[in-house]
Amino acid sequence: MFGYTVEEVGNIMVMQGFSGLSLFSVLLLMALGLAIIFGQMGVINMAHGEFMTVGAYTTVFLSKLAVEYDIVKSYFVFAIIAAFIIAFVLGYLIEYMMIRHLYKRPLDTLLATWGLSLVMQQVFRSTFGAKEVSAELPEWLLGSFQPTEGIDIPINGVFVMALALIVTVSVYLYMFRSRGGLRVRATMQNRVMAGAVGINTKQVDRVTFALGCGIAGVAGAAFTTIASTGPTTGSLYIVDSFMVVVFGGAASLMGTIASAFGIAQAQSILQFFMTSSMGKVATLMTIVIILMMRPEGLFAAKVRK
Amino acid sequence: MNALSEKLLGGKQGAIHLAILAVLLLVILPLCLDLFRLGLVGKYVTYAFVAISLVLLWGNGGVLSLGQGMFFGLGGYCMAMFLKLEASDPISTKIQTTPGIPDFMDWNQIVALPWFWEPFKSLPLTLLLVLGVPVLLAFIIGMAMFTRRVGGVYFSIITQAIALILSILIVGQQGYTGGVNGITDLKTLSGWDIRTDSAKYWLYFVNASLLILCIMLSRFILTSKFGMLLLAMRDKEERVRFSGYDVASFKIFIFCVAAMISAVGGAMFTLQIGFMSPSFVGIVPSIEMVIFAAVGGRMSLIGAVYGTLLVNFGKTMFSETYPELWLFLMGGLFIAVVMFFPEGLAGLYEKYAPYFSITSLHTRWLKKVQKVSGESQ
Repeated sequence: MFGYTVEEVGNIMVMQGFSGLSLFSVLLLMALGLAIIFGQMGVINMAHGEFMTVGAYTTVFLSKLAVEYDIVKSYFVFAIIAAFIIAFVLGYLIEYMMIRHLYKRPLDTLLATWGLSLVMQQVFRSTFGAKEVSAELPEWLLGSFQPTEGIDIPINGVFVMALALIVTVSVYLYMFRSRGGLRVRATMQNRVMAGAVGINTKQVDRVTFALGCGIAGVAGAAFTTIASTGPTTGSLYIVDSFMVVVFGGAASLMGTIASAFGIAQAQSILQFFMTSSMGKVATLMTIVIILMMRPEGLFAAKVRK
Repeated sequence: MNALSEKLLGGKQGAIHLAILAVLLLVILPLCLDLFRLGLVGKYVTYAFVAISLVLLWGNGGVLSLGQGMFFGLGGYCMAMFLKLEASDPISTKIQTTPGIPDFMDWNQIVALPWFWEPFKSLPLTLLLVLGVPVLLAFIIGMAMFTRRVGGVYFSIITQAIALILSILIVGQQGYTGGVNGITDLKTLSGWDIRTDSAKYWLYFVNASLLILCIMLSRFILTSKFGMLLLAMRDKEERVRFSGYDVASFKIFIFCVAAMISAVGGAMFTLQIGFMSPSFVGIVPSIEMVIFAAVGGRMSLIGAVYGTLLVNFGKTMFSETYPELWLFLMGGLFIAVVMFFPEGLAGLYEKYAPYFSITSLHTRWLKKVQKVSGESQ
C-alpha cells in the first residue's frame, strides 16, 4: 500500500489518527459552542472563529505575563478560565447590541456576524500585529511519549483531548441535567410557553449565546498548545466547524461529537496519503455529498416542528 | 409588443432609472474617466452581474447563496482557458519542454493537454461552456438541495462549503488550473488583441451593454407570473407548495439563472482584466458580493449595480490610502446595512425620493406661499 510495509502503515495510522485526535478536540470545542448557538437558537455566528481567537490571544497574553512573574508552570489553568470569561463577556455584549435585533432574520444575522468577524480580525491585527504569536507553554505540556517503537504521541495532544472531554461532559451536564439547561431547552422549544411559565427568555438567549462564545474561547486556549495564533486563525476553522455541526445534526450533542471525530480523522489520515489540499477536498466533498442525500445530518433530532 | 417593453423595462419609473444607469455607464463615465479608471469601473461592472444575480436569488427568492463567486469564477475560468490556449500556440511556447501547452502545465511537468482543456480550443464551444458549466453545477446543487427542501441557512452554509472546495481544488491542482496565480498572460481573442486601448474600450462597452441586457432579462423574470411566485415562495413557502406549485423546480430555475448571470460577469472579467485567479472563487469574495447587493438594496436590480460601484470605489479609495481602515469599514458596512438599512440604498431612495421630487417640492412651496400670504393678510 503506497510503498509502505504493513507495520509502517499501522504506525502511520496510529500517529495520524492521533494528530487527527488533536484536530478533533479543537474542532469539537469549536463545534460545541456553535452547536449550542446554532442548534439551539438557530443563529448563524460567522464570528465564532474570532471568539476562539480571542481565547487564544488571551492565553498568549497571559503566558507572557506568566513568564515575567515566573509562574509558567501553573498559569495555564487560569488562562483557560480567563479565555472562557473574556469570550463569554464579549459574547454577552454582542448578543445585547447586535444579535437580539436579528433573531427573526437568520440570513441577515449571518451577514452581520461576518461583518463583526472582519472588524474583530482587524482589531487583532492592530493590537497584536499581523504576525503569528505563540504562547509560552509550561514544560509538562511539551515533549511526547513512546508507547512502542515507531509511535510518538505528543503530550499537548493528550492534554487538549482531556480538555475537550471535560468541556463536553460539562456542556452535557449543563444542558441536560441542570435547571439552566432546562430553561434553555424550554425556550428553544416553545418561546411563548416558556415565557408564560416564568422563564426570562431574553436572559436565556443572552446567556446561551455567551456560553457558546465562552466555549469557543476555551477552544482558543486549547488551540495555543498545538499551533500559533494569528489574526485570521479563527476564520480557518469556521467552515469546518459549521460542517461539523450541520453534519452531526444541528440539535444533537452526540451527533456533534461523532461528526467532529469523523471529519477530523478523515482529514488527517487522508492528508497523509494524498496532498494536504486534496485530503481536505476529499473530506469536505464527502460531507457535502452525504448532506445532500441526508440533509438532516447524521443524528437528526426527533422533534416535531 | 407594448406589454413586452413594459415587462422588460419595468414600467415608466423603471425605464427612467434604467435609462439613467445606461447613460451613466455608457456615456458619462467613458467621457469623464481616463482609460485606467474606466478599466476599474469595468471591473466593478463585472461584479455587478453577481449582485444582480443575488437580487434575483436572495432578495426575491429568499435563497442566500454564499457561493456565487464560484459561478463567477467558473465563467471566468472557462473564458480564460480558451484565451490561454490561444496564447500558447506552439510557436510562442517553443522554449518549453512540450510546446503548445500552457506555460504553467509545462512548469508542472505535464506533457499533454488534459482532456477537459480540449473543448476550449473552439470559440463557440467555449462560449457555450462559459454559460453551461456554471448552470450545470447550479442545477446539480439545486436538484440535490431544493428537492429535499433544504433551504435557509443550511443552503448558505453548504454553498459556502462548495465554494471552499472549489477554491482549494483550483489552488491545489496547479498543473491543471494554474494554481494560486490563476490563468495569466492572456493575449488575444480569436486573433483580436485584447490588451490594446481600443479593445479595452470595446470590451467596456460590451460589458456595460450586457449588464443592461441582464437587468432587462431579470426584470422580465421578476415581472412575470414566475416573479410573483418567487416572492410568494420567499414569504410563505408552504402556502405556495400547498397551492399545488412545484417549489423546488422554481428554485432550481432561479438558481440556474443566477449562476448564468454571474458566469457572464466572470467571463467579461477575464476578457477585460486579462486574467482569472482562485481569489474570486472562494468564501471571502462570494460573501463580499452579497454585501454589494445588500448595500444597493437586495430587492432592486438597479440599486444593486450602484451598490457594487459604490462599495468598490470605496474599497479602492480606502485600501490605497488606509488599508487598515478598510476592513473596519467593510465590517461596519455589513453590520450597519443589515441592522439599520435592510432595504439598502434603493430603500432609502424610495423612502426619501418622493419628498424631493419636483411635484412635491412644488406643492410644498405653494403651501408655504399660501401660508405666508395668509399671515400677511
